[in-house]
Amino acid sequence: MMDLLQRLGVTSLSMLERLGRGSVFFLNILLSIPSVLVRPRLLFAQMYSVGVLSFSLIVISGLFVGMVLALQGFYTLSDFGAEGMLGVMVAASLVRELGPVVAALLFAGRAGSALTAEIGLMKATEQLSGMEMMAVDPVARIIAPRFLAGLLSMPLLATLFSAIGVLGGYFIGVGLLGIDEGGYWSQMQAKIDFSEDILNGLIKSVVFGLVVTWIAVFEGYDAIPTSEGVSRATTQTVVHSAFAVLLLDFILTALMFGDN
Amino acid sequence: MTDNTPLIKIRNVHFSRGSKLIFDGVDMDIQRGKVTVIMGPSGTGKTTLLKLIGGQLRPSVGSIEMDGKAIHKLKHNELYQLRKKMGMLFQSGALLTDISVFENVAFPLREHTQLSESMIRHLVLMKLHAVGLRGARDLMPAELSGGMARRVALARAIALDPMMIMYDEPFTGQDPISMGVLVRLIRMLNDALGLSSIVVSHDVKEACAIADYVYLVSGGKVIEHGTPAQLAASDSQWSQQFMQGLADGPVPFHYAAAKTYADDLMGVDV
Repeated sequence: MMDLLQRLGVTSLSMLERLGRGSVFFLNILLSIPSVLVRPRLLFAQMYSVGVLSFSLIVISGLFVGMVLALQGFYTLSDFGAEGMLGVMVAASLVRELGPVVAALLFAGRAGSALTAEIGLMKATEQLSGMEMMAVDPVARIIAPRFLAGLLSMPLLATLFSAIGVLGGYFIGVGLLGIDEGGYWSQMQAKIDFSEDILNGLIKSVVFGLVVTWIAVFEGYDAIPTSEGVSRATTQTVVHSAFAVLLLDFILTALMFGDN
Repeated sequence: MTDNTPLIKIRNVHFSRGSKLIFDGVDMDIQRGKVTVIMGPSGTGKTTLLKLIGGQLRPSVGSIEMDGKAIHKLKHNELYQLRKKMGMLFQSGALLTDISVFENVAFPLREHTQLSESMIRHLVLMKLHAVGLRGARDLMPAELSGGMARRVALARAIALDPMMIMYDEPFTGQDPISMGVLVRLIRMLNDALGLSSIVVSHDVKEACAIADYVYLVSGGKVIEHGTPAQLAASDSQWSQQFMQGLADGPVPFHYAAAKTYADDLMGVDV
């Protein structure tokens, strides 16, 4: 029993210590952001690898999620004779929930894991240490541009996911199931509110982008510099990001839509 | 007038990693313009010592001064300013793998100077020529052999014309030709550029060939120091064992075991 308590204490302390290191690291990144803004080329290169290279994954996933939503929604709504509301259902589900959440999970798997592996390997091959000894701060030169790129890319990717999903819903609803085209768009226009739905979804995606990218760069920077350590850090990025996104989604949803 | 004060003064340095004591009161002087070699068995913290000098680690007790500045007390910005005067050659080379040889050598120049592109080109080609790799400028780090990677890293380390270069195990894993090239380069660059060099190594023959002064480190302390000739003539059994590479001596061949050999063989607890 004492052994269990001791182990619990050690685990909790090491988790707290890691959280502390992560927070200090986060502050250092924030302090380094002005140096990235002075050299936008560093940012653009990272936005390409973090954002543009995630483009096809997001487009294809968004399309299929929208199509599935329309199929499932149609059969439920048609029981109540409310097929006309399909556009609203697809759009609301996407912009409020599925767009930010699924895009963030995909982003963690595609870009987050790549960021962790890249930074972890740079650490393992002493590239980060080498930079420090060349008087180049690796947080400013390597980490901050990647963090900022993730932070900016995530809302764009989530928006793209939702937009493509709405199109996917249109192809199935209007093209395959034969609901009225005008109704699909006009109901959506009438019922989807900019600040209530779209802006809240956007806020979610910004928060998810921040957290996922922070986890990804920290896991890489804090990785044990061996092949096993980098591999574990990469896995942890995906697992921790998924937990963080789902937990934060619940909290944000409760705050944003809880009083409705 | 030449400055006779040591470039680096290390006094009573203690350093631990977790519960493991790495240094237990180390004193050293690194003289200007000389090649100082720090030798010792694997795992004695030679690389840690370089990291302490470079300010990547801080001692728990003691002081490390470079050119009169206490490295362990410097603030982040002051430390980064001082590092522009240091070069460090890592065992792996630590080249940035996503850019070419040319861009690797140009990296510190682009980060720290506002030089024109043509000036950067001139400087990079000069540094690469000095290490014999001007022709390899367009190669990527993955296309280089281990020895070539270290030479490119050396060109990068001298890009900003530092006062001092630290070499971390420069001869490990090198074929005889690469080893010979590196030995010659370290001595030649030290003399031609007026540098001070610290070489951490356990390759006794190669290191002694270029050393002006040698420190032998073991068990967290400096065991002995002197010129290579003085150490070769030392009557310390430990120094003789290390310098001549003897398998047994004060550092025993057998790792300490709880039981005697006979007891272990006769024992039934298999």
